Amino acid sequence: MSEAVIPAEALVPRLATGRQKLFRRVLKNPMAVVSLVILALVVLSAVFAGQITGWDPGRADLNDALAPPFGEHLLGADASGRDVLARLYFGARVSLVGALIALSTALAIGIPTGLIAGYFQGWFDSLSSWFASLLMAMPGLIVVLALISVIGPGMVGVMVTFGALLSPGVFRLTRSGVVSVRRELYIDAAKVSGLSDYRIISRHVLGVIRAPLVIQASMIAGIAIVLQAGLEFLGVGDSSTASWGQMLSEAFTNIYVAPTMILWPGLIIGITVGSLAIFGAALRDTVQGAEPVRRVRRRSLPVEEKATTRRLDLSTAATAAVIAPRDGGHEDLEPNDALLVVRDLRVGYPQQDGSETIVVDGVSLHVDRGEVLGLVGESGSGKSQTAFSILGLLPDTGAILGGAISFAGRTIASADGQARGAAALRGRQFGYIPQEPMSNLDPSFTLGFQLVEPMRHILGLSRPAAKTKALELLDRVGIADPRRTFDAYPHEVSGGMAQRVLIAGAVACDPELLIADEPTTALDVTVQAEVLDLLRGLQRERKMAMIMVTHNFGVVADICDRVAVMQAGRLVEQAEALELFDDPHNPYTRMLLSSTLEDTEPRAARSSHATSSRGTAR
Amino acid sequence: MATFLLRRLGAAVVLVFVIATMTFLLMSMTGGDPARNILGDGATVEQVAAKSAELGLDQPLAVRYADWLGAAITGDFGRSWFTNEPVMTSLANKFPVSLSVVVVAILVTALLSAILGVTAAVKRGWIDRFVQMFAVLGFALPNFWVALILVTVFAVNLKLLPATGFVPFATDPVRWLLGLILPVTALVVGTIASTAQQVRGATIDVLRQDYVRTLRSRGISHRSLLFRHVLRNAAPPALTVLSLQFVGLLGGAIIIEKIFALPGIGSLAVNATLQGDLPQILGLVVVMVVLVVIVNLVIDLLTGWLNPKARVS
Repeated sequence: MSEAVIPAEALVPRLATGRQKLFRRVLKNPMAVVSLVILALVVLSAVFAGQITGWDPGRADLNDALAPPFGEHLLGADASGRDVLARLYFGARVSLVGALIALSTALAIGIPTGLIAGYFQGWFDSLSSWFASLLMAMPGLIVVLALISVIGPGMVGVMVTFGALLSPGVFRLTRSGVVSVRRELYIDAAKVSGLSDYRIISRHVLGVIRAPLVIQASMIAGIAIVLQAGLEFLGVGDSSTASWGQMLSEAFTNIYVAPTMILWPGLIIGITVGSLAIFGAALRDTVQGAEPVRRVRRRSLPVEEKATTRRLDLSTAATAAVIAPRDGGHEDLEPNDALLVVRDLRVGYPQQDGSETIVVDGVSLHVDRGEVLGLVGESGSGKSQTAFSILGLLPDTGAILGGAISFAGRTIASADGQARGAAALRGRQFGYIPQEPMSNLDPSFTLGFQLVEPMRHILGLSRPAAKTKALELLDRVGIADPRRTFDAYPHEVSGGMAQRVLIAGAVACDPELLIADEPTTALDVTVQAEVLDLLRGLQRERKMAMIMVTHNFGVVADICDRVAVMQAGRLVEQAEALELFDDPHNPYTRMLLSSTLEDTEPRAARSSHATSSRGTAR
Repeated sequence: MATFLLRRLGAAVVLVFVIATMTFLLMSMTGGDPARNILGDGATVEQVAAKSAELGLDQPLAVRYADWLGAAITGDFGRSWFTNEPVMTSLANKFPVSLSVVVVAILVTALLSAILGVTAAVKRGWIDRFVQMFAVLGFALPNFWVALILVTVFAVNLKLLPATGFVPFATDPVRWLLGLILPVTALVVGTIASTAQQVRGATIDVLRQDYVRTLRSRGISHRSLLFRHVLRNAAPPALTVLSLQFVGLLGGAIIIEKIFALPGIGSLAVNATLQGDLPQILGLVVVMVVLVVIVNLVIDLLTGWLNPKARVS
């Protein structure tokens, strides 16, 4: 997924989020507003309880005992003849103050310890992390009960204890937030420019964890309200003042006489705690951004790569339209027996506001049997998206919006969604080699299992036969000790070995078309050449057609028969490889070529600096 | 795998020891005069002193701690200050009831939240929205209130299920199960809501992994991909959540037991709390923590079995 283009607008608000902006964006979320209004009403009714109701919550009048609702008492009266509504108003005080105490305690313990542990690490980090997991293993209610037996049922003590028991959540959140931030370059910059630790923490670190902390806080407040009501319900709470839990407890005693009495306190607890939860969820959604955008971009990229992607976005790269492509949009040379034909392919990602982000626009190309086509372009040019469209493996949020793809004369994909043949061809006729070897192997299964499983499924081989074949394949792709590798898990082999295993997997069921998505980019320079040799050898001996997706003209020169150059979702030039090197027509191609070939060692061009140690390291 | 197991076991023992010690010290250092508490205001000073001596409360803290710990290791938590019954005996009587409820609840939670969470992650659409809404609802509604509603509707009004009482499994499995339906339902509404949400998140995370796409490119069937690869990789985070739910359920059961009049640890815990019955509470806490530690250990082992990487780290 290195190529998915994400519209610039989707990134900008995230990067530029400030305190004011986040708050304003939260207020645009109707769920957040409704929950905040409800919470404000609960707080206000607790504060002004004495003013809104004329009833004294403690005044019992046996004549009114169990009076029905909507009479003199709006919500009726309880078994002792006390006004239910008044007791709800006043009970809110207990719940809110209790929640506040628990929350303050959790934050007061969790934030400083989390900051220190995450920022300075060392022994304090180990100790406090261990202590946090210890607290989390304690059954909270039992601990609180044990404590009440010693210190008595005073609310402050109980809620402080409970806050302490909930502090590990805050601690962990703060700590992990700090740990992730402290490696960022701007923290280093702040250190270099002489800012004190205190300034760095308060300026940069707290800013990052603010939103997650508010979410966590709303959860803690909710849990605290429920727990306190639970203690009151058990009868071990502070019974001197009206509270929601106490009301539930009394309603329970009269459950056979007046069953509706249990409704009101439960509902008010549910509404209050629910509002806290909804507010937390709304805030989380606001911070994380809308779903579809997140799904297109799976992993956050380093900042500089984001910049590249943004620059190459269709809307900004208008140059593509101006330049007339040599063979670009048309397939004049398409022979009748072409193995794969892509015609006018258009791929896009529908956005929330109804617009579409087009990542591939009108691409037409073909691959003959036994031919190697290079698909070249910068990051974000749409070459990987083209490859995934052929494989039928676009993300759920992406779709083929125009054009058609056919394989061996049969249409396998079209815009109307009628033709869906790619699934049946995957593994059988299509082999796929990904870019990043380590993330493309299932960490929970042995390499051998991941080779054997498709062979059993597709070729119908028995387990021993598939294993024999897998060992042969591992030997063929140049693995020194196939048996050992067969039994190894992905984390036990090097990147270069993992890529060889993936190549073995791609050719295992004798596909006719191999699609390699930057197969050497993530590898060490010395390994790159070997893997490329291996691919060329396999392609020739099995007479496979191949699409080599790459940004590297060194790779193209090494292995490709023909080249298609893509820029910003469009095909700008298509030619025989030698012809293209001799006489590139398109200025963009010339630019790409010169940026690659100026280096004396073409193959090492771009990746050498980025991945110098990978491949051999475990 | 053996070292992994031994290390986890060692950590578990240390954890139990530390919590037991902390609880003992906390409870012994604070609080007024337990002997006066037991005998009431009418007792003479001599009587109180005699009681203190009888309970060993006149000894220095270190001696009391050493005595208690020495006995506790052999499974002897002393006798209740109020009923004089050995703590272990009352725990042995009450725990099976509570464990019935909690274990059935955790199994139901695991099963239903796995189904709900995975379906929501794979199908999205209305079931996904339902799981999200359910998560808020389950968080907001206290389980004891859900229990009260269930009692009112199903036991008091419809008279479909028993409102109270517990029949041991050995006596009558069918009535045992019928008696558990309402308490377990009340408990699992909250746990399923949050666990299903976590399962959903974990599944979506795995579905977005590169290796899932590569596995699909190999022509592996959708079923095999989901049940073999996705579930296995999504399981460890879900199991962690489940172990936290277990801790929560132990507390939740105490309240639920009051409503359904189940003779479990709930009444024991509440009475011991109200009376300040130190040995009883200490025994309760230690046994609970041992339970939690065992469950965490099992979850750790399961995670290690599912995820080869966890075995090394």
